[in-house]
Amino acid sequence: MFYREAGQFKTSYRADQGILTIVQDRFVIGAFAFVAFCVVPFFINDYWANAILIHVLVYVLAALGLNILTGYCGQVSLGTGGFMAVGAYASYKLITAFPEMNFIVAILMSGGITAAVGVVFGLPSLRIKGFYLAVATLAAQFFLVWVFNKFGWFFNYSPTGMIVSPPREVFGFLVTGPQASPEARYLFCLSFVVVFALAAKNIVRGRVGRSWMAIRDMDIAAELIGIRPLEAKLTAFAVSSFYIGVAGALYFNVWLGSAEPTEAFDINQSFFVLFIIIIGGLGSILGSFLGAAFMVLVPITLKTVMVDGFGFAVGAAKHAEVMLLGTLIILFLIVEPHGLARLWQILKEKLRRWPFPY
Amino acid sequence: MAYERKIGDTILSVDQISLAFGGVKALSNISFSVNQHEVFAIIGPNGAGKSSMLNCINGFYHPQEGTITFKGNTRRHVRPSEAAREGIARTFQNIALFKGMTTLDNIMTGRNTKMHKNIFWQALRFGPAEKEEMEHREVVERVIDFLEIEAIRKTPVGTLPYGLQKRVELGRALAAEPDLLLLDEPMAGMNLEEKQDMCRFILDVNDEFGTTIVLIEHDMGVVMDISDRVVVLDYGKKLADGTPDEVRSNQAVIDAYLGVAHDDAEE
Ligand SMILES: Nc1ncnc2c1ncn2[C@@H]1O[C@H](COP(=O)(O)OP(=O)(O)OP(=O)(O)O)[C@@H](O)[C@H]1O
Ligand SMILES: [Mg+2]
Repeated sequence: MFYREAGQFKTSYRADQGILTIVQDRFVIGAFAFVAFCVVPFFINDYWANAILIHVLVYVLAALGLNILTGYCGQVSLGTGGFMAVGAYASYKLITAFPEMNFIVAILMSGGITAAVGVVFGLPSLRIKGFYLAVATLAAQFFLVWVFNKFGWFFNYSPTGMIVSPPREVFGFLVTGPQASPEARYLFCLSFVVVFALAAKNIVRGRVGRSWMAIRDMDIAAELIGIRPLEAKLTAFAVSSFYIGVAGALYFNVWLGSAEPTEAFDINQSFFVLFIIIIGGLGSILGSFLGAAFMVLVPITLKTVMVDGFGFAVGAAKHAEVMLLGTLIILFLIVEPHGLARLWQILKEKLRRWPFPY
Repeated sequence: MAYERKIGDTILSVDQISLAFGGVKALSNISFSVNQHEVFAIIGPNGAGKSSMLNCINGFYHPQEGTITFKGNTRRHVRPSEAAREGIARTFQNIALFKGMTTLDNIMTGRNTKMHKNIFWQALRFGPAEKEEMEHREVVERVIDFLEIEAIRKTPVGTLPYGLQKRVELGRALAAEPDLLLLDEPMAGMNLEEKQDMCRFILDVNDEFGTTIVLIEHDMGVVMDISDRVVVLDYGKKLADGTPDEVRSNQAVIDAYLGVAHDDAEE
């Protein structure tokens, strides 16, 4: 009864095409944004920032990127970890080579470089599809990680092979390095995520997004109505890689602080982000948020319950956690193959009818 | 026909097109031409090569021989996306909609080639990109009104019944404001009422927008009623062309449709 669009008429096409067309939706999202920007920073501490909030935010951004490519354009990719590495290493090279460079500009440029790399690795998509493309992107994953291990230039010949993010400020606040406060790092990531999520939402509901979805749903028909597959697929690779590159740069600079390619950017990263978008909902911006929150929070909750609640040994809890998470994912996909975003839709549908069963 | 239409000059001419798939000769040496503002029908038994002919016209198949001249440009091979940009739109024998998208989005894709704001404007949305989107939305809304599908605007097309999907597909083609509209069996599998609606839409499009239409149809009654001229194909060969009356009285056509064995017909 409280969630209704009845009586909310749209009098222009512009209003009809808004993102949040129902007042109640706007209210919920507005409240969320208020809490995220104005309340959380007062309560945040290092544990919350590192283990949960920044962790989720970085993966939201990566998931937005992969969702653009896989969920909207239908091109399966297993190269996410590799592209995150490109973003991380590009930012590392940029901020160490040009210490004066504005940190935001450096992050955006890293995204740009990743976009270019993504386009190159996207070229096979013009010829191959589905599993074959997935294998090709898997090759990209291993190739990129190998390159960052192999050539000293990328890690400035540091003897450990690690890259370490030097302290950088944004608007006078330190956002990287051990001295950076959790609230500054959190707000920095949050701003990126909000801006890029809005941009993604705008792109997918415009011409470019429709051409991606057309390619996804039926590529031959798309071409027959004048959509150029080359253009559509490569823009999807570019935009997707841009997002993933920015996510990789934030992951390395703001979250980890230091990284080493074999561990930080391995194939598990690719799978992790793929799980996020499958669980959250393919082809859904909201789904990227829900999926990232799910994939980060559920393991933490399971661990807390098992170790603190039932007194499991940490090692045993870790194993049990992986098994439980796997089971949960499988169960979940059986119950709702379209992901959390669809579940949310169904819930809204129910709310609309409540208290009447039909 | 009750109204007077001005049939113009040749808009499309097909010259000695031959197309083979391995040993199968789908089309041999086909020539015909279509005039501006005309409703032109391609008929023939199953497997005659009708769909293949449309596929050659819009660049989906590349004939081994012959040329196609559209709006004065003569060519043999063209990419389908370029044909679309030159003003050829079509619908398919097996519906080819984008199943995961709504009716509105499907029809909006028909305007893709006419939208030019780059991705940065679109990411920002405010301003030029939104203005462009609204302009095109208005055109699309006119198409939606015209086809009387207002109620299913926001429905994913995968869930629509067959007849409506056919209508949405026509809408997507119309949204492109084509000069030449190719319709592959637009009425197949429809009941009488749906067929009448579809006939009305086709004639209205032709009448109001002056769109040249080439259609394939099995229902002889429909073809004879709505088309200005007809070409008859059989086993990839052209049997006849002319006005519906001329074609109807052509002996070769009568034989083909009455199922006279081919050897006899050629004697
Ligand atoms: N892509 C293809 N590959 C191989 N053979 C094809 C292909 N497309 C068409 N053919 C063959 O070309 C011939 C003509 O087919 P086409 O689909 O053009 O016939 P049609 O007149 O549209 O028939 P229908 O009335 O059944 O739609 C058939 O023998 C068909 O098997
Ligand atoms: Mg056919």
